[in-house]
Amino acid sequence: MRPVRFNVHPKEASIAEAISMGVAPDGVSGDGFFATQLSSVVGLARKNSLWPLPFATSCCGIEFMATMASHYDLSRFGSERVGFSPRQCDLLMVMGTIAKKMAPVLRQVYIQMAEPRWVIAVGACASSGGIFDTYSVLQGIDQVIPVDVYVPGCPPRPEAIIDGFMKVQDLVGQESIRRRNSEQYKALLNSYGIQ
Amino acid sequence: MEANHNINLPEGSIEKQTTTLNFGPTHPATHGVFQNIMEVDGERVVSTEQTVGYIHRAFEKLAERRPLYQITPITDRLNYCSSPINNMGWHITCEKFLQIETPKRVDYLRIIIMELARISDHLICNSIVGVDTGAYTGFLYVMQYRELIYEIYEEVCGSRLTTNIGRIGGFERNFTNTAFTKLERFLKEYPKVLTEFESLFTRNRIFMERTQGTGGISAERAMNYGFTGPNLRAAGVDYDVRVASPYSSYQDMDFTVPVGSTGDNYDRFLVRNAEMWQSLSIIQQAYNKVQSFKGTEAEVYHAEVPEYYLPKKEDVYTKMEALIWHFKIIMGEIDLPKGQIYSPVEGGNGELGFYLISDGGRTPFRLHFRRPCFIYYQAYPELIKGGMLSDAVVTMSSLNLIAGELDA
Amino acid sequence: MALSNEFIQEQLVNKFGDQVFQFSSANGMLSFESSKDLNLKVLQFLYDEPSLGFTFLTDLCAVNYPDNVGGELVVVYHLHNLKENVRVRYSIATAVATPDVFTASKLFEAANWMERETYDFFGVNFVGHPNLKRILNVDEMDYFPLRKEFPLEDQTRIDKDDEMFGRG
Repeated sequence: MRPVRFNVHPKEASIAEAISMGVAPDGVSGDGFFATQLSSVVGLARKNSLWPLPFATSCCGIEFMATMASHYDLSRFGSERVGFSPRQCDLLMVMGTIAKKMAPVLRQVYIQMAEPRWVIAVGACASSGGIFDTYSVLQGIDQVIPVDVYVPGCPPRPEAIIDGFMKVQDLVGQESIRRRNSEQYKALLNSYGIQ
Repeated sequence: MEANHNINLPEGSIEKQTTTLNFGPTHPATHGVFQNIMEVDGERVVSTEQTVGYIHRAFEKLAERRPLYQITPITDRLNYCSSPINNMGWHITCEKFLQIETPKRVDYLRIIIMELARISDHLICNSIVGVDTGAYTGFLYVMQYRELIYEIYEEVCGSRLTTNIGRIGGFERNFTNTAFTKLERFLKEYPKVLTEFESLFTRNRIFMERTQGTGGISAERAMNYGFTGPNLRAAGVDYDVRVASPYSSYQDMDFTVPVGSTGDNYDRFLVRNAEMWQSLSIIQQAYNKVQSFKGTEAEVYHAEVPEYYLPKKEDVYTKMEALIWHFKIIMGEIDLPKGQIYSPVEGGNGELGFYLISDGGRTPFRLHFRRPCFIYYQAYPELIKGGMLSDAVVTMSSLNLIAGELDA
Repeated sequence: MALSNEFIQEQLVNKFGDQVFQFSSANGMLSFESSKDLNLKVLQFLYDEPSLGFTFLTDLCAVNYPDNVGGELVVVYHLHNLKENVRVRYSIATAVATPDVFTASKLFEAANWMERETYDFFGVNFVGHPNLKRILNVDEMDYFPLRKEFPLEDQTRIDKDDEMFGRG
């Protein structure tokens, strides 16, 4: 029998370790003011209050429920309010297999979302079709909508989903203010047929 | 229930029309992708038409391509809230088909895992019924204990949700002491949690008024619709596959089958709660039986089936026979015997049946899953007819519809 | 009185003579076949006859045997007598050119969607079905995917290389 270590050793709670200050963006600070780029401030505000739209279709949806529950709390990252209305959400989390029957619905939900919007493909099925290389499954949601972050796994552990979420937060924090109006972005959406 | 309007409008007038409401497929209250196009008359549902297939993944065609041990990961994704039951059901089907007899210790370990899965499935269903009636607390509270069940699965097979647990003939490794310790912790702590969960809902006036009398079905209609599982038992028919066609030594366990009377949402909630208590008792009995095996018997975790059970890695690297069997199994050189079998197992939602036809090749000729959710979802229009829209939502979640099992 | 496979077989042969055939009891379950015109009569007999009482339709599915010319599509009914706890398997064969089978949905409500699924996968046309259209696949699909002649994978996908899967 291999030796096993349980996670039952009580840790001393130290206030210094429990709190960490967020990193401030680069800027010029002085007596009562702090000047930085608008995009950094906006990015900081957006990334710490992303409101996800959980588009949960199958097994990854149950892992998402575990992520939202108290053990792996996603609301620590600012996504306390999961919304189900595309108009009110920033982040579309597609969790689970998207069949060809569901693809138009997914596209419609994406189109209804207001800018700025990001998309996470959670799980192998959403990223590439997963183990279902069949006639009825869409081989990856990037066939119909542009995706920002792919989280592999079948299903990915809640820690992996949180990791993917943190990567989206990085993207959001560093996004340029003008990105949504740029030529490249328009070209990207046009390649999907979305105006 | 008759619609009781205070406004009397003449028949055929433009105001007296029903509204067509599209409920789903992306809707927070449909847990899974179901679409219902409902005709509602104010708040009352007149009729509804369902559309399913939004997550059709072609399991049956996929299974025709894969040898038996590769089909287990697909069965995981049927009822993914209780995937060990699907896995074990598939292995039991294969063992019946191949006439393999599993040792008692394996059976009892399987019972422990299957009943844990049943508890985890019923927990999700009942707490989501709570969420749909507005009570989010119960859900958050019991998810902690589902995490403990996931930890037990992780100790045994390495995975939390889609477990692919066990092999044809038994398990892939013996249960470690950690697994048993976690199981003991679960058995000690969970009864208190379940009592608290019940006390939140069972005699809660609001919950009772929401769920009693809505979504009911009579026993005859339920049987005609092919209902099985907690939904049928709530309607009054005590049919449980574990009692009718016992598998994996369930006949050695002492448990009762809870039965409701009216088949409405409240009865389904109560039946699932009662089944969780029964499952706890079964796990305790099976665990005691497992502990009673001593010495070499306590090391037994699989049947001796060299054609279907991968040999130990130490043997593969040192013994010729084990190497040959390993090669044959992985490269798929083992031919199945000809024949067909239908083997049911009591899943979280009812009778999960596996109909396997083999023509002597290495993969099944046809594998059909008898999926309980698919069959009882047909009754949904009858269950909600005349009821209110909010009751339709609660009925849908109390039926425990799992999209993966519905569409397969 | 325990309902045994021999008793069921005897009752069926008494009623239908040699129109029911291929009796076998592999793995404990009695299976038999008949021609497809008799399916409703046999199901009704199994339902109504007091000594048989198969009032629960467990499963309805189809199997495609491409080599079995004239009987390529076989519809299989699994019935269950809940009181005596006995199961029986009844199959009927139909040709792929004329895949018409009478619907069992008037007798068993459970057959409704199961027949739609069978139609969706195999193309068996259930005569008299209230709503026979595709249920699991997209409505625009024009072939019946679970027939053996059609492949599993979507042939129009570009991101997966069949060569790598040994199917080039």
